[in-house]
Amino acid sequence: MKILIVDDFSTMRRIIKNLLRDLGFTNTTEADDGQTALPVLKSGSFDFLITDWNMPGMTGIELLKAVREDPDLNSLPVLMVTAEAKKDQIIEAAQAGVNGYVVKPFTATVLQEKIEKIFERIEGS
Amino acid sequence: MSETTNQLAGNDDPNDSKSEIMAHAKAMVENLERGDSHEAFKVLEDLNKARDRTLFSEVGRLTRSLHNAITDFHIDIEMNQQSQKEISRISDASDRLNYVINLTEDAANKTMDKVEEAIPAANMIQSAAEELKPEWESVLKGEVDPDQFRELHKKMGAFIDSTIVSSQGLGTNLSDILLAQDYQDLTGQVIKRVIQLVQEIEGSLVELVKTASTVEELAGIEKAQKVEKDAIEAEGPIINKEERVDVVSGQDDVDDLLSSLGF
Repeated sequence: MKILIVDDFSTMRRIIKNLLRDLGFTNTTEADDGQTALPVLKSGSFDFLITDWNMPGMTGIELLKAVREDPDLNSLPVLMVTAEAKKDQIIEAAQAGVNGYVVKPFTATVLQEKIEKIFERIEGS
Repeated sequence: MSETTNQLAGNDDPNDSKSEIMAHAKAMVENLERGDSHEAFKVLEDLNKARDRTLFSEVGRLTRSLHNAITDFHIDIEMNQQSQKEISRISDASDRLNYVINLTEDAANKTMDKVEEAIPAANMIQSAAEELKPEWESVLKGEVDPDQFRELHKKMGAFIDSTIVSSQGLGTNLSDILLAQDYQDLTGQVIKRVIQLVQEIEGSLVELVKTASTVEELAGIEKAQKVEKDAIEAEGPIINKEERVDVVSGQDDVDDLLSSLGF
């Protein structure tokens, strides 16, 4: 399971990376915004994308849309982990094809729950 | 500079200017009612002059406010680039906020370093204790012969020794984590100073906008329409959740919203 973590704050990437390791996911790569994430996604066979929303350069929602438009990446599961909490934003992300949405601040349990739910649904379909 | 502005500004009170315009307007109506259009046009000319004068004095007032605001911000336009950076309180505030980012980042990383060090130590104590538990229980059940017991005694001694060392290490890590929280005090002080500056600047700007709006009114400049905010534009953490209806209050709200959308 290869996971890409995208967040402009290195400390948040580190927190998510640590939580993922506790959940047994050790193969993680980091990127600091959508612009750097997209080529990384295109070059490697990633199984899962965790992204923040508010980032300089290319935001998480733009990254999500770019992923859904790319024929090689469009089925990649995407979990949004963000402080953005406006209902319109959550609806926008849902319409853009997000697989899960976690608002910051979050707990390890919530992150685990959402990741497991996404995989359950993928395996079930 | 300010003396010249005062001379140029002439009449200083906008209310005086307004009553002057009012008086001219009344005189013009009276002249027209009397049928004296020649006199009425003369009054109209005076009226125009009064309007120009008022506008002139308000522009003077605006210039003065702008000058004061610039002085308050400590941005000296005569200075070269280098010293301008040193003297501007706004760039000082930016430096201070960057310092806050650095300090909080360092503290977060230091805390995570210590936690990452502590987790394996805690795991080791747990797994060693779990390994010893069944052997220890068999002693209590009387299932152990003297040779086995000597072996277990040795193991138990090693476990106790390593636990003492590990828990000392854990204690050190925990107090390091505690100390790493000192950023809250330091950043709090810095942020308070920046808040004070922002409040001062806001005060100056409000004054400036007030003066500018009088000029706009007199010069007949239409106010720019308010730009609607993009509903999905990133906003960062919501700091007044309770007062807002367009935001979710937490993860449960997010889950409810998503499930209502068929997730």
